Amino acid sequence: MADEPLILGIETSCDETGVGIVRGHTLLADALASSVEEHARFGGVVPEVASRAHLEAIVPTMDRALTEAGVTLADIDAIAVTSGPGLAGALLVGVAAAKGYALAAEKPVYGVNHLAAHVAVDTLEHGPLPEPAIALLVSGGHSSLLLVDDLARGVTPLGATIDDAAGEAFDKVARLLGLPFPGGPPIDREARAGDAAAIAFPRGLTAAKDLAAHRYDFSFSGLKTAVARWVEARQRAGEPVPVADVAASFQEAVCDVLTTKALAACRANGIETLVIGGGVAANSRLRALAEQRAEKYGIQVRVPRPKLCTDNGAMVAALGSHLVAAGVAPSRLDLPADSALPLTTVSV
Amino acid sequence: MAAGRLGWLTVLVLVVDSSTPAVTAALVEVSADGVASRAHRCTVDARAHGELLAPQVDAVLADADARPQDLAAIVAGLGPGPFTGLRVGLVTAATMGQVLNIPTYGVCSLDGIGYPAAVGEPVLAASDARRKELYWAVYDGAGQRIVGPEVSTPVVAAARARELGATAAIGDGAHRYAETLGLPVRVEPRYPDATVLALLAAERIRAGAPGERLTPLYLRRPDAVVATGRKPVLP
Ligand SMILES: [Zn+2]
Repeated sequence: MADEPLILGIETSCDETGVGIVRGHTLLADALASSVEEHARFGGVVPEVASRAHLEAIVPTMDRALTEAGVTLADIDAIAVTSGPGLAGALLVGVAAAKGYALAAEKPVYGVNHLAAHVAVDTLEHGPLPEPAIALLVSGGHSSLLLVDDLARGVTPLGATIDDAAGEAFDKVARLLGLPFPGGPPIDREARAGDAAAIAFPRGLTAAKDLAAHRYDFSFSGLKTAVARWVEARQRAGEPVPVADVAASFQEAVCDVLTTKALAACRANGIETLVIGGGVAANSRLRALAEQRAEKYGIQVRVPRPKLCTDNGAMVAALGSHLVAAGVAPSRLDLPADSALPLTTVSV
Repeated sequence: MAAGRLGWLTVLVLVVDSSTPAVTAALVEVSADGVASRAHRCTVDARAHGELLAPQVDAVLADADARPQDLAAIVAGLGPGPFTGLRVGLVTAATMGQVLNIPTYGVCSLDGIGYPAAVGEPVLAASDARRKELYWAVYDGAGQRIVGPEVSTPVVAAARARELGATAAIGDGAHRYAETLGLPVRVEPRYPDATVLALLAAERIRAGAPGERLTPLYLRRPDAVVATGRKPVLP
């Protein structure tokens, strides 16, 4: 629909420089530059390396997005940018870029919440999101369970990880097993040939005593340690490590906890829609298990395609589009990058 | 805009620098025979470059009753400077240049301190590099940079400056480490002067030289410390 606003989104909260362009719920462009390979040898994201890469990538990535969408910056109605949470120095490049584009093109700018954008991106694939909905966001940086009452104005945090993020656990276990970084895709691949019931790894914060205080929180640190101990015991005994079985059993433990808690949140709140986003949402077992379990309760699971689950500019544009449609006022030009932006703030 | 002499038009140029605790945005007019300041905003706050720069650019445009489309070029201080703040100026210049399809030119930010200060005798220009170090360069009596930019302790900078015959030290870093440097400290300019940065790019602006990709003068390698809890969220 040509009369819907044309929105540009910029994402630089971690190691991906993303520029996306949407019209309404229609995705027109999703250009991405990643510095992931520069971080691989460190086993995690190095903030200064990521920030330098964003500065180099932003202009060419913008060019690619505009070409892909067949529009110019003069055609854009508003610019949305991730203003937090994320790596402070990395966010700052994107926020300053958005302001530069907004200033020069004389367009409004919206500083938006990265996590809310992970929820909003699903509208590009499945249309308007029924509200309220429950959102499970799992990646190398976040593991959160949210109640989405009104995506334009506020999201209620229900729970989060109390130690490692889910994706971080994948990275660390992959390292133990001699698999590459980031660990999600290789573990998913190995697990297909393994037995998920081979090893009984712990499910963090699922015991009755933990549920009282941490009903919707996650913990993956104990699981990671348990995998490390199990693998080391094998190695000390001089026995081969059954990589596929370890990967499958570890992955099952993570997916079991994530889906159990997410569906419990849906049922406790009488909610029929579960959205899953973040890099770990690309995990095939998580998708399958969530769908299989949700079916029993008549809950609909919405998971965008893998490229939209990981960090990208389209998700920011999608949230911007939602904000513009809801009549939310744009941000001021002094909008800060806020590495700890709370979830209750969807736009600043 | 008024036509300059020699048939060359006066053009409006935006200057930004965020390499020091001072966040600067200025509009200057570059004509055939000079560079004149039209509007200028500078705020000293090392922690708020990201918040301050864009409103200041907006303000200088308003002060000069100009719109972004009136700009013919953008000049940006390339540093050296503490990384996070430095990038704000460069990304602002690069993105505005992209939208407006105008050239962007980089100038070493220390030149904005050392060039105007070196009148007849060599000087040391220095800005604070944190971690008890300085970003510095030495200029000859004509204001040409002869050594630098470099990053080192004030003791090393002082020794090199004396070897090169510097008779004074200028810049925020010189104020901060005046005792260690042991050179008379000149008060002005304490931070890169926007009009001087434009002056140092004026030949390229007048010639209509192709713009350059703005690459920061980092001078240091990134600390390879992996982020922990890289997206700290939620209470
Ligand atoms: Zn994310």
